[in-house]
Amino acid sequence: MSGPSTYEPKSGLTRWLDKRLPIIRLAHDSFVAYPTPRNLNYWWTFGAMLSLCLVVQIVSGIVLAMHYIPHVDHAFASVQRIDRDVPYGWLIQNIHSVGASMFFLAVYIHMFRGLYYGSYKAPREVLWILGCIIYALMVVTGFLGYTLPWGQMSFWGATVITNILGAVPFIGESIQVWIRGGGSIDQPTLNRFFSLHYLLPFVIAGVVALHVWALHESGQNNPTGVEVKSKADTVAFTPYATAKDLFATTLFLILFATFVFYMPNALGHADNYIPANPLQTPPEIVPEWYLLPFYAVLRAIDFNIGPIDSKLGGVIAMFASIGVLFVLPWLDTSKVRSMRYRPIARQFFLIFVVVCLALGWCGGQNPGKILLPATFSATLNWVEGGQVATQAIEAPGESQFDETAAATRASLTQGGAAMVMIQRLNATDASVTSVSGGAAQSRTVTAATQDELEAEIQHLKDEVGARTPFFSVARNIPFTFTVTTFSQILTLYYFLFFLVILPILGLRETPGRVPDTIAKPVTA
Amino acid sequence: MAEAKPNDAHGAQDATRRDFIFIAAGSAGAVGAAATIWPFVAQMNPAADTRAMSTTEVDLSAIVLGQQIKVMWQGKPVFVRHRTPAEIAAAQRDDYATLKDPQHDAERIAQENGEAGKPEWLILQANCTHLGCVPTFVEGSSFGGWFCPCHGSDYDTSGRIRRGPAPTNLPPAPYLFVNDTTIRIG
Ligand code: HEM
Ligand code: FES
Repeated sequence: MSGPSTYEPKSGLTRWLDKRLPIIRLAHDSFVAYPTPRNLNYWWTFGAMLSLCLVVQIVSGIVLAMHYIPHVDHAFASVQRIDRDVPYGWLIQNIHSVGASMFFLAVYIHMFRGLYYGSYKAPREVLWILGCIIYALMVVTGFLGYTLPWGQMSFWGATVITNILGAVPFIGESIQVWIRGGGSIDQPTLNRFFSLHYLLPFVIAGVVALHVWALHESGQNNPTGVEVKSKADTVAFTPYATAKDLFATTLFLILFATFVFYMPNALGHADNYIPANPLQTPPEIVPEWYLLPFYAVLRAIDFNIGPIDSKLGGVIAMFASIGVLFVLPWLDTSKVRSMRYRPIARQFFLIFVVVCLALGWCGGQNPGKILLPATFSATLNWVEGGQVATQAIEAPGESQFDETAAATRASLTQGGAAMVMIQRLNATDASVTSVSGGAAQSRTVTAATQDELEAEIQHLKDEVGARTPFFSVARNIPFTFTVTTFSQILTLYYFLFFLVILPILGLRETPGRVPDTIAKPVTA
Repeated sequence: MAEAKPNDAHGAQDATRRDFIFIAAGSAGAVGAAATIWPFVAQMNPAADTRAMSTTEVDLSAIVLGQQIKVMWQGKPVFVRHRTPAEIAAAQRDDYATLKDPQHDAERIAQENGEAGKPEWLILQANCTHLGCVPTFVEGSSFGGWFCPCHGSDYDTSGRIRRGPAPTNLPPAPYLFVNDTTIRIG
């Protein structure tokens, strides 16, 4: 919304060029004279950092590709060689791996900014959707890139993720084989992942160009969410926004450099320094930190939903958690853009941010880990002493087995047996052991987890040992609040926020007083 | 459209002929585009040499009773387990236990061509059916067989899923006895 161009070429050469390719005019109108809302805060500086991140990834990536070898036998070693032998290779490799994390850090802040200030609402829907496409491309690029060093996490992360695609009904397996280029993650997979990892950043660059074009068409949103109404509402991009962007970017680069120089491996997983081994699974498989929330959503669905089994359900939930962002402009019904004037929505938004962080935490934990203490117990009954009798029974047919077993049990119990054990041997035969007389014993053991409970039971059995021919065990397994349970609650909130809270709240909430113009509260 | 151009020099029929040419050319173009895209998509499927690597021979005489080896078949690990009589008995007994994915031990050791296998040799694809980790054989584990460290799936001595998130049993690898002590997988 820059209005008529204010660029005036000053020299003969620029006048000559302006008639043939008005590129300086384009730059001037987009980045110098371009009017920006005068009230932009620092949350608006992340777009500039993202542009820088993209350039950093592309430049460092091209350098790495000059030394990297996409072969299962050489990939791991070639990365080690870059780190140790290639001049400044250590620096460039660290920049690229830390850069990926910084890129995601910036993009998440950028996206939460858009959520909070309603930047996805009309007329910025296309701008927002282009952003979502960029984000999806970033996720894919990040995943592909993580496979390239061919460490244990690279290999097993790729195995797990491509296995997940196998959950798609009917065509899943074909897709899986098509992506891997074979039955498993192997040379063909590594080769194509490298090719695509090189390609996608340029696709991202193309979509970013569209993103910025759409931004310049609809104009920037701002903290009040009120549209620009007059010249009083804006200031020129240069020097105002330029200086602010540069200052914030400098701080961002300090953080970036701190990681690059002092803790380049802090954001990665140690197991990726072990070369990939298809025969040995690492004790835990986790993605990079920036994908953990989605990993948690994937694993939260551990139950079947009608005909959809848990694995497919998880895949659907994971894709839906990104997909829902695409339709957000039509889910939020509020007329007010900025949550600054939406007191209730703001609370839900803050909870949403916490939920996303908590999902990230869950994604890094063992899903079976028990979060709230619970008591598992088991009661063991046995008989010491007494008469032990063993007999064989045979049912007339496989389907009558249960009947025959029950009848045998009943008759033995009636005959005075204290305990009866029937051990099925095959379709029709079973061996029956019974004890009569003797002293009935009972003991209850407790433990904090099921595995510990099994150990306790075994312990007791060993202790009693040969004094009894057999035990009967009744286990009492309580409901446990695990990381999975927690993820389920968080996932539920994630979807409720978009699908229920935003649509309903927009219609019900009484917003605060929105200023008439941007300039008013700023200049008053 | 025919009526909209009554003065067309070529008569009223022309517009419909032009429509036809548009549609015909458009369809031919679409088919051509699809035919061009196809090879570019299909090239990502396994190449002939990748598919050709798809059998693996295993000498069983080297595997002592109660031991297993992991071999690679089509880039994936396969368990070749020499089961003890106790393991075989447990596997057959559990044919009648409550199973998540009911299957008899005999079906699981059968050869590729449907002939019966030998109870002491269990040949399984080693990737956990949950998300693909490789479970480890744990002597004295809850069900006597494999345990997957990733999310805690327990398999029995026949490789059937007994507890945990995995949806199905470890799938038997297709194999044939070439002679008494050699099998060919794939
Ligand atoms: C490579 C990644 C990206 C780059 C380089 C990038 C770049 C930019 C730039 C330079 C701006 C203007 C400055 C600003 O408002 O901060 C912007 C604005 C915006 N971006 Fe992005 N972006 C990226 C990813 C995304 C993603 C993933 C989303 C959301 C899903 C998104 C949504 C938006 C929106 C809604 C605006 C307008 C904000 C407003 O005016 O309030 N962007 N982007
Ligand atoms: S991969 Fe084996 S339990 Fe998840």
